[in-house]
Amino acid sequence: MAEFLRLALAIAGKDIRLELRSRTALLSAIVFSALVLVVFNFARDPTALAAVDLAPSVLWVTFAFGAVIALNRAFYVERENAALDGILLAPVPRSALYVGKLLANLAFVGVVEAVALPLFVLFFNVSLGHALPGILGVTALATIGFVAVGTIFSAMVVRTRFAELMLPVLLLPFMVPPLVGAVQVTAKLLAGRPLSEMVGWLRLLTLYDIGFVTLCILVFPAVVDE
Amino acid sequence: MRAFGALQVLRGVDLDVGPGELLAVAGPNGAGKTTLLRLLAGLMRPSSGEVRIRGQRLTRDDPAPRRAIGLLSHHTFLYDDLTAAENLQFTARLYGLPDAAAATRDALEEVGLSARANTPVRHLSRGLLQRAAIARALLHQPDILLLDEPFTGLDAPSADRFRSLLASQLARGRALVLVSHHLAEAWELATHVAVLTGGRWALEGRRPADLTAFHARYAELVHG
Repeated sequence: MAEFLRLALAIAGKDIRLELRSRTALLSAIVFSALVLVVFNFARDPTALAAVDLAPSVLWVTFAFGAVIALNRAFYVERENAALDGILLAPVPRSALYVGKLLANLAFVGVVEAVALPLFVLFFNVSLGHALPGILGVTALATIGFVAVGTIFSAMVVRTRFAELMLPVLLLPFMVPPLVGAVQVTAKLLAGRPLSEMVGWLRLLTLYDIGFVTLCILVFPAVVDE
Repeated sequence: MRAFGALQVLRGVDLDVGPGELLAVAGPNGAGKTTLLRLLAGLMRPSSGEVRIRGQRLTRDDPAPRRAIGLLSHHTFLYDDLTAAENLQFTARLYGLPDAAAATRDALEEVGLSARANTPVRHLSRGLLQRAAIARALLHQPDILLLDEPFTGLDAPSADRFRSLLASQLARGRALVLVSHHLAEAWELATHVAVLTGGRWALEGRRPADLTAFHARYAELVHG
């Protein structure tokens, strides 16, 4: 297990170092998320709908779009000089490669979300107050789920033409359950509702995470092997 | 055998390479040489048949036999935004080498790339890139070295140095399979030669003494 984690961390570390060197995907995702928030801010009619009613959906649409851009780079970096073959040649369990990529993607999407959340507060003038720990918690829970699925789809589409288009087409339907759950929980947190009203959605998010992380680890070797 | 749909790229190809042996494989474009190396490296599964490393079957589920294989491919397997040293250190971690920094230093020294260790790979010339790729393939001291057109991009002194490196690998008991259009480059090192045409062995056996006679035989087999 220690060896498995060591390999996964080596792969995640390499991905983070590559991204810090180029900064292309991360900066693009952050700028794109900021633009989505700006567009929503100016497109809404504040007299028709209160900001607090619209805010949860806007927040999660922003996170989802930013995540798709960040996830596109996951296996794209392995295309140059057939670097993925270099990893597949090594005595590395395929599932360790998946976990390494998942960890790196969680770090990237986490950074995008960490930048987008204060911008969201700024544009929508929403007071997070006591809801902040809960929102951070539900963000982590939902992000793990759709990044787990996004990581495996990123590996599936990387050898196809138009991979950048294929990823959102495949991923967005799978993002619906965690996004619906996260929007519901965020809305209740912002409205100051009791935890008992969110338990069902939190269970759904937890089950989604456990189910899809396990499934992806099991399926990934077949995805990367020709 | 390896097929892509109805197209059989390799058929009835059987080979056995022992310690200290170098099998040089020649063949025209599309003969299946690269496919053969990818099968031997475990990057591709045979449609039928099997690859065994020291008697142990090469499978997707068991990563251990892959430790014994080094592959120098058309592709360098290097990340352009990382330096040569960073690329090798990452590879060393994948292979679980106890001292990644020392292994990297030794491998770069062996190919004469120490002075450019901290240069991002994207700034290396074709020849230096090939040297970095050689260092990557040799880093974990594999027992079996698979070489696909290994002299590509190397200037004459670098090619001589690489030949010496291959000779030292053979002396250490490593098994080598080398695929090339120009067998002359490794003729003196080869212990066995084979010609692959249309996915089949057209010729296979111990290396003859005379390269010129082999070229005539090769032309006859390939061009008719």
